Amino acid sequence: MPQPRVLILRAPGTNCDRESAFAFEQAGARADYAHIQRLLDTPALMREYQILCIPGGFSYGDDIAAGRILANQIRHHLRAEFAAFKDAGKLMLGICNGFQVLIKSGMLLPDAADGGLAATLTLNDSGKFEARWVKLSAAGDKCVFLRGIEKMYLPVAHAEGKFVPRDDATLNSLAASGQVVLRYARLDGTAGEVPYPDCPNGAVGAIAGVCDDTGRVFGLMPHPERFIDPTHHPRWTRELPPEFGDGWRIFTNAVEYFA
Amino acid sequence: MTLWEVDIHPAVGQPDLIAQHVAAQASDVGLPRDFRLQAARGYLIQGDLDEAQVRRVASELLADSVVERYVFAPAGHPTLAATVEYPGQLIHVLPKPGVTDPVAASTLAAINDFGFHPTAVCTLTKYWVDGLTDAQLAQLAKRILANDSIEQVVIGPLKLERIDVGAPYAFELRQVPLRQLDDDALVQLSREWQLSLTLVEMQTIQRHFRDQRRDPTDAELETIAQTWSEHCSHKTLAGQIRYRDERRAIHFGNMLKETIFAATQTIRKQLGENDWCVSVFKDNAGIVKFDDAFHVCFKVETHNRPSAIEPYGGANTGVGGVIRDTLGTGLGAKPVCNTDVFCFAPPETPADRIPPGVLHPRRVLRGVVAGVRDYGNRMGIPTVNGAIYFDERYIGNPLVFCGNVGLIPVDKAFKQVQPGDLIVALGGRTGRDGIHGATFSSAELTHESEKVSGGAVQIGNAITEKMCMDVLLAARDRGLYNAVTDCGAGGFSSAVGEMGEELGAEVWLDRAPLKYAGLSYTEIWISEAQERMVLAVPREKWDELHSLCASEGVEAVVIGEFQPTGRLVLKYQDHEVANVAMEFLHAGRPRVVREAVYAPPAVAPLAIPHIADYGDVLLQLLGELNIASKEWVIRQYDHEVQGGSVIKPLVGIANDGPSDAAVLRPVLNSRRGLVIACGMNPRYGALDTYHMAASAIDEAVRNCVAVGANPRRIAILDNFCWGYTDRPETLGSLVRAALGCQDTAVAFGTPFISGKDSLNNEFSYFDPDNNRRTISIPATLLISAMGQVKDVSKCITMDLKSAGNKLYIVGLTKDELGGSHLAKILNLSGGRVPQVDVDLASGVFDSLHRAIKQGHVRSCHDLSEGGLAVALAEMAFAGGCGATIETGRVPYELSSSSLTDRFNAILFSESNSRFICEVAPEHVAPFESTLSEVPFAPIGEVTATDRVEILSADRAVINLDLATLKEAWQKPLRW
Repeated sequence: MPQPRVLILRAPGTNCDRESAFAFEQAGARADYAHIQRLLDTPALMREYQILCIPGGFSYGDDIAAGRILANQIRHHLRAEFAAFKDAGKLMLGICNGFQVLIKSGMLLPDAADGGLAATLTLNDSGKFEARWVKLSAAGDKCVFLRGIEKMYLPVAHAEGKFVPRDDATLNSLAASGQVVLRYARLDGTAGEVPYPDCPNGAVGAIAGVCDDTGRVFGLMPHPERFIDPTHHPRWTRELPPEFGDGWRIFTNAVEYFA
Repeated sequence: MTLWEVDIHPAVGQPDLIAQHVAAQASDVGLPRDFRLQAARGYLIQGDLDEAQVRRVASELLADSVVERYVFAPAGHPTLAATVEYPGQLIHVLPKPGVTDPVAASTLAAINDFGFHPTAVCTLTKYWVDGLTDAQLAQLAKRILANDSIEQVVIGPLKLERIDVGAPYAFELRQVPLRQLDDDALVQLSREWQLSLTLVEMQTIQRHFRDQRRDPTDAELETIAQTWSEHCSHKTLAGQIRYRDERRAIHFGNMLKETIFAATQTIRKQLGENDWCVSVFKDNAGIVKFDDAFHVCFKVETHNRPSAIEPYGGANTGVGGVIRDTLGTGLGAKPVCNTDVFCFAPPETPADRIPPGVLHPRRVLRGVVAGVRDYGNRMGIPTVNGAIYFDERYIGNPLVFCGNVGLIPVDKAFKQVQPGDLIVALGGRTGRDGIHGATFSSAELTHESEKVSGGAVQIGNAITEKMCMDVLLAARDRGLYNAVTDCGAGGFSSAVGEMGEELGAEVWLDRAPLKYAGLSYTEIWISEAQERMVLAVPREKWDELHSLCASEGVEAVVIGEFQPTGRLVLKYQDHEVANVAMEFLHAGRPRVVREAVYAPPAVAPLAIPHIADYGDVLLQLLGELNIASKEWVIRQYDHEVQGGSVIKPLVGIANDGPSDAAVLRPVLNSRRGLVIACGMNPRYGALDTYHMAASAIDEAVRNCVAVGANPRRIAILDNFCWGYTDRPETLGSLVRAALGCQDTAVAFGTPFISGKDSLNNEFSYFDPDNNRRTISIPATLLISAMGQVKDVSKCITMDLKSAGNKLYIVGLTKDELGGSHLAKILNLSGGRVPQVDVDLASGVFDSLHRAIKQGHVRSCHDLSEGGLAVALAEMAFAGGCGATIETGRVPYELSSSSLTDRFNAILFSESNSRFICEVAPEHVAPFESTLSEVPFAPIGEVTATDRVEILSADRAVINLDLATLKEAWQKPLRW
């Protein structure tokens, strides 16, 4: 199997770069880091890679709004290179802050006609940063990263993870095109409205992750790289832990896509 | 040039979270709940931007088009005041000029990215308040909306014309006519300049300069004050002390060295070639071995004074500071986790019982937690362990302990400055912030501190530090420097002074990059602006270092050179502004002999009244603030970033039980784990600080052992926070604690590797009758512990696992209810303080560790605050399993013959070195044989019910369901 190359994008305040690279490497990819400054100097650097990962963290401190400043740098300087990357059939993954960046850069969902965002990620209803484990249900037919995944149990750790679409029409069209691929689920396993804290941030439709219309660009608030080892599970001392964590499949799916 | 204001409001139908947050706190300060409040974030942008450009910035950068709307106009324009539903009174809150405003700095850069070039940006928050009287409005502004030490409040329209700060600086050398001053004038000078120097110290400086036949410059005097400050030199505890107590008289030449350090030396000698300490009490953090490739280091600092005045900024910069300690250890360690321990007055303290000049403890708690959260989370360092301790006496002096653990390659543990190395300042710029932090933190707080000490309070910028850390660790791995240290208290003065101590240094102060113009050479030298590191860089490596830093947008500037002159020379442009011998700076401080006495108080009997309902007592204990769940705090910290989390701070069937310790894998491709825990018992100090210290060490160690750490590989740290140590009794109680530390550490084989003290934690104010009142904190010793496990898969947690398993108690229960939480809730004093039988304890730790390592233990919890009853309840509700125990089976050593006294002690005594273990039936035999040499007994079993039953002679004395127990424990701090 050819070994796909992953570019882990770093910016001031990115802080999940190491463990995201580790997860990709464990899954069989080869990961390199690039600081945004380097990418701005040499956008063509991206062409050497098959997967772009924007990891979690606080790019530019989440100042103004989470992901906004890095997203604007992409809008202002890297739009064409990102578009070419997508058009070349490659993969992009945004985790937590990376999801915030992807959605605010317009790279995940195209901007509305008036130039506004199609959807955003904003301050949790609780008004604060929270770290907790959540259950997720995936509808991953469309999304490359979620193939074969129905349910996951992963940690979230964010202050601005509330998914809000621009309007009902946008939400309906995302749902209709199968792009709403990950939702928070009730911890007790029952169906219906997902209350806090099972849905940790008040996201509309309990949406935890969406993909673009190709299924190759994916952003999610939970952290799959934080559950690749059995001892990552919060109850591994009680329950028989799986050999691989639930987040593991997301990385192997990406690698296997290039097999 | 226009000063534009852009206001960001929630869009129609979106929640106003800022207003909600304020409203939630309004009742804390006694304001009515029914006033109307709306809020907006704002940005002031100064520069030559036209309306179309500002509109683009507002719509594409500052506002979120989905959930927000914006309004903009020149600042002060009426449209900015009248865009809300219920206008009311308009209040603006904005940072005082010069206060760090990280969002403004990022915004300025982000606007530049559009190709527009404003000259300054400032953030603000606006509130429209309706339905409060003017007095209530002032109260709201002062107590909730703004903190006077860093923010200004403008009621009504903003009348600002410009927001850039700074003014040109004209050099003028300042000499201080010190030689001619008499003693009174010397004392007055020390006070007016906030030097915190004693008369004897001032006289020594005077003599030194008389010998030189000149007066010092202001920079020289300030440098000496910083170097000799309690904060930087620990002159009290590392000084001469004549101590006597009921048994002995000791004359210490250097108290810390002869107690705490001596314990480590004894242990290292005993370990011989198996010594696993690497560098102790030398560097910014203590270093011990971890595996073949890495060592680990640990440091815990306090940031008490700044947190009292500005809780958010104080805690924020406390975390930032201790992270820089780790970064500045050896040639730089990578921070892998944070710990945070706080001491506050009870949050329910009525507003009218708060002394003048003091913030309400609820506000302090909220601010401190937010400060720790925002810095630690942004740095990407998991906050894995902590504690919060409540006592009325922390009202004027809340304590904030921030710890950081770092991972360092084995060949990077030591540094050595070489002659000719360039002095390089890396990271943040220098501003007027934090001037006099080192001397301020060594002084007593008063109700005036809020006013006079504002300069010592700062806000951190975590992203600046993160950027600095990223390039520093890359530069370390490329070998681009010979030494590194952090700029902490004392700023460049301390950092360069320490690094150049053996050699000498010349510093070119005008080269230091400034946040704004106008700083004098002395201000540059002693500024405590955050996020700065100092490196010693060989000339031939400078270009590579500089370009590495530039590639990530980090500023690195040469500000001097280390020279083998033995002198510290400061220059500003061509002027020499200081020239002092390193010898005088570091060894010239006069040695004083301090008196310390300790007389143990007589043991008063603890008379426990008849307890009618033991269940009720247990519920009260679970809700006692020191015991109650801290989940509200813990969830605000990212405890899993870096991907190595193994045992989290919250464990159990619903991820909400109280873990004894945290475990993490700092090296992702290894199974070796680090274990982090702490111990602290300020309530024992009034009874005997020796036993308080011993108990704190026992607690920290047993917390580590409970999750599986090897008791023979635990390093510990001390943090002493005490009252006014010029009083012999107060200093005596501290020395007594240090002796307890020494004896216990040696007996346990747990070396101290680093420590820190914060003295004079007293608060003085005038009561309504104009009497001067002073509140001293209780003697507070935090012991932090760092253990190791070979294979994390052997770790266990405290939550009960399955019905049918046997429950054991390990250790011996004694008549030790003195200082207990039972005594606290019953408002009783007296009783025997828990002591540590070190031989018994070591035996318990070793045997239990073997049993855990061999896989015989399903769950284990240490017995601490609240004793057996609380520990059992916690294990049960954390695991969602019932439990039944028979108290008659608990091994004890009790003097009283009264059955009730015995029962009370068995249930609630806080005797040390005890655990409850859950053992599956098939492991009972090997478990029992592994523990054969220490006291233990089977006391009951895990049941398939939802109840905790505690029996005495087969009669249920407590029988409560898990939900009731858990609710009692979770409710008090579920904010």
